[in-house]
Amino acid sequence: MSLIEIRDLHKRFGAVEVLKGIDLDIAAGEVVAIIGKSGSGKSTLLRCMNGLESHEAGSITVGGKVLLQDEEHLRALRLEVGMVFQQFNLFPHLTAGRNVMLSPMVVKGLAEAEAKPIAEKVLARVGLAEKFGSFPDQLSGGQQQRVAIARALAMNPKALLCDEITSALDPELVNEVLAVVKSLAADGMTLAMVTHEMRFARDVCDRVLFMHQGRIHESGRPEDVFASPKTPELQQFLGALS
Amino acid sequence: MAYQFDFVDVFKYTDVLARGVGLTVTLIGVGGTIGIAVGIAGAWARGYSGNRALEWLVAGYVEAIRNTPFLVQLFFIFYGLPSLGVRLTEVQAALLAMVVNLGAYATEIIRAGIEAVPRGQREAGASLAMTRMQVFRHVVLRPALQKIWPALSSQLVIVMFGSAVCSQIAAEELTYAANFIQSRNFRAFEVYFVATGLYLVLALLLRQGMRSLGGWLVFGRRA
Repeated sequence: MSLIEIRDLHKRFGAVEVLKGIDLDIAAGEVVAIIGKSGSGKSTLLRCMNGLESHEAGSITVGGKVLLQDEEHLRALRLEVGMVFQQFNLFPHLTAGRNVMLSPMVVKGLAEAEAKPIAEKVLARVGLAEKFGSFPDQLSGGQQQRVAIARALAMNPKALLCDEITSALDPELVNEVLAVVKSLAADGMTLAMVTHEMRFARDVCDRVLFMHQGRIHESGRPEDVFASPKTPELQQFLGALS
Repeated sequence: MAYQFDFVDVFKYTDVLARGVGLTVTLIGVGGTIGIAVGIAGAWARGYSGNRALEWLVAGYVEAIRNTPFLVQLFFIFYGLPSLGVRLTEVQAALLAMVVNLGAYATEIIRAGIEAVPRGQREAGASLAMTRMQVFRHVVLRPALQKIWPALSSQLVIVMFGSAVCSQIAAEELTYAANFIQSRNFRAFEVYFVATGLYLVLALLLRQGMRSLGGWLVFGRRA
């Protein structure tokens, strides 16, 4: 059974229908890249997957938990899926360590002494063990994003949603973040990532979805999608990038 | 100029002045603390709770208080409420009026701070499975207070000056003490000169106090 199941998902912002019927299954351990032009609905799709955006029709199930809009169901589902944002969204008043410890303590009710080793472990996982006591404004963008990944990992999610997580970074900082994602993929983490890093999508992902005008326009294995795109829209999209 | 200054005549009443300062400090200390707490609750209700009824209720309170004179609010509490069987002492009425007044202004100030916290912060908290209340408490509140702490400090000083109005219901704070002394010795210039100096010192101390409190509670960086 798929870890994430999306059936006929519809979403509109006012008069604009941004998702026009999405069907998508993501298996446990699968790494999926979502590509497409801005406005194609790819970020909205990702944000629907953990209920940051509500949807009008269709269904989303993660790990057997159906996404409903009340807080209790949303929280149960969000325990299954972590999210990493383009703008990092670290809590500025807390150290890297405290950023990571906050949710285990507040949501899972762990004591400080229990949460701290978890935070140390996940920060070491992203190569930032020595930054435990640093505040976000003392870290580079790449380091902040790795802390944000650690913060999501600390909740031990089954899947991680990554929303253009390298788009706000200086070019020289992109690779350190992608290296972390790559190692998570190698460890079997289920990943859905909206990305503009085509080389990374080709090298690391199991499947690529090309979104166009609110639909999954074309999808397949990265080697097929990139080497021989079938639809003119994808050909044009890839052509504009090279 | 024929007028002979005589401050000695004022300093005979040092104990009266001291009691006045004491009550002014008490009013702003207790009223300020409770008023800010009311402001946080009000800002939560109006700017975060998402509960329409609550939003309207607090909006009504805020606008009613911000668009009426403090003196009238005070008279209403002290002279009006007894008709409903609520009888308060001068000091209780003064305190209540200050809390109600500061609460309304603080609600708007703190709400502005909450709105200045980027949406992504709330989304990050939500995506970590926190409840809305947990997000408010652990993610939103402290950065929000950081943004508006200077404005809140100024409002507190304004409310302390407003406490002078409480002399009108015979709450024996600093202005009441000054009025009392000058009615005895007719040394209006000297008495109000001293009272003005005392308010100045109190205001500076209050600002400094808020700075220290903010540094400890709001801006404090604990690893």
